[in-house]
Amino acid sequence: MEEKRSLWSEFTKGIIKENPVLRLILGCCATLAVTTAASNAIGMGAATTFVLVCSNAAISLLRHVIPNKVRIPAFITIIAGFVTVVQLFIKAFSPALDTALGVFLPLIVVNCIILGRAEMFASKNKVLPSIIDGLGMGVGFTAAMLAMGIIRELLGAGTVFGLPVLSGFMEPVIIFLLPPGGFFVFGMLIALAGKLSKEGKAPASTGCAHCPLAASCSKIQEKEAAE
Amino acid sequence: MDGQTLKTLIAIFLAAILTENYVLNKFLGICPFLGVSKKLDTAFGMSCAVTVVMVIATAVTWPLYTYLLVPQGLGYLQTIVFILVIAALVQLLETVLRKYMPPLYSALGIYLPLITTNCAVLGVTMLVLEKGAADPSFGYLQSLVNSFGSGIGFLVAMILFAGVRERLEDCDIPETFQGLPITLVAASLVAVSFLGFNGLVDRLM
Repeated sequence: MEEKRSLWSEFTKGIIKENPVLRLILGCCATLAVTTAASNAIGMGAATTFVLVCSNAAISLLRHVIPNKVRIPAFITIIAGFVTVVQLFIKAFSPALDTALGVFLPLIVVNCIILGRAEMFASKNKVLPSIIDGLGMGVGFTAAMLAMGIIRELLGAGTVFGLPVLSGFMEPVIIFLLPPGGFFVFGMLIALAGKLSKEGKAPASTGCAHCPLAASCSKIQEKEAAE
Repeated sequence: MDGQTLKTLIAIFLAAILTENYVLNKFLGICPFLGVSKKLDTAFGMSCAVTVVMVIATAVTWPLYTYLLVPQGLGYLQTIVFILVIAALVQLLETVLRKYMPPLYSALGIYLPLITTNCAVLGVTMLVLEKGAADPSFGYLQSLVNSFGSGIGFLVAMILFAGVRERLEDCDIPETFQGLPITLVAASLVAVSFLGFNGLVDRLM
């Protein structure tokens, strides 16, 4: 029973407390780029979740085999393999989604959520918790993107999942579909999530503590502080 | 090189900086844009490193894809091969700079490890090939110019934004918006100003 409860908390932490997009601020590029429509957000979320679960499982299985020094290149190779699988799958079964996601589909490989979870969780934990962690983070990522996708599509095109909702009420505000709208809605959502969280405020910067490259990045911050 | 080619190259270069800006129009490289843009010097150093790696990465991956992967029917390996080539290149560049150009290494060295997983670099190598597939006249030279322009576009966005952020530090911001939210709203306004360049480059062509 205790085991079950902790697995459940591994799952839910990714959705609420440590939501990768809104609380840890990881994977911003994909979040901003593909959320012009709610359906794209779901497609991207599903693809990322698949890669996240598979790579977490594979890395967790190989955690005693991969030498510590070359772990990041090894993780990237494993992740790139799964990304290629997803890419070919989407190309074959949903060419429209492939066109909509464009270059952001192969770019899942450099999504810091995936490498971050590999480094922070999968390389230190057993297979089952790693899979659950990947699933929770993936669902959290999808949920945050879906929220952004719905807001941007509703305000920018007057539709949700392609269904006209706002027709007659108001003219669509096209800027919400354009890049500035993406930054704006993302900022608002982070502020809201921060307000609702326990700390009561939004994080001050991107998710450094959960980023696999924190060590090299902190050197830059030290340099900034020294000046 | 005739006048027409030169004109196209200039148009590609300007388009990459202004209308197809990687950060503000394409949402590539957002992490360094938000993370390393607090101070002008570090923003400049990071963007220079990104520009250098973008051009070198395109210079290597373009022929690799066109002359090795495609003829062998291995085009689907693009993602895996490109990320590994970029990772190796960054490592190589770091070693070479440390050995032969210590001043440059001390300026750019700390940014290099971050660039391996920068989506702007992987993105540029893939987007130039996409452009090449859509338009046969978009060859190796055009791709290199596009990569260089993209790097400069990244630099322009970073420097502009570093200026905006230094101003933000003195502002009295409501508590809920302190930190990232206000940074993103500021980024949104900078992106609005870049929308003003739309259509500029089509006229040049």
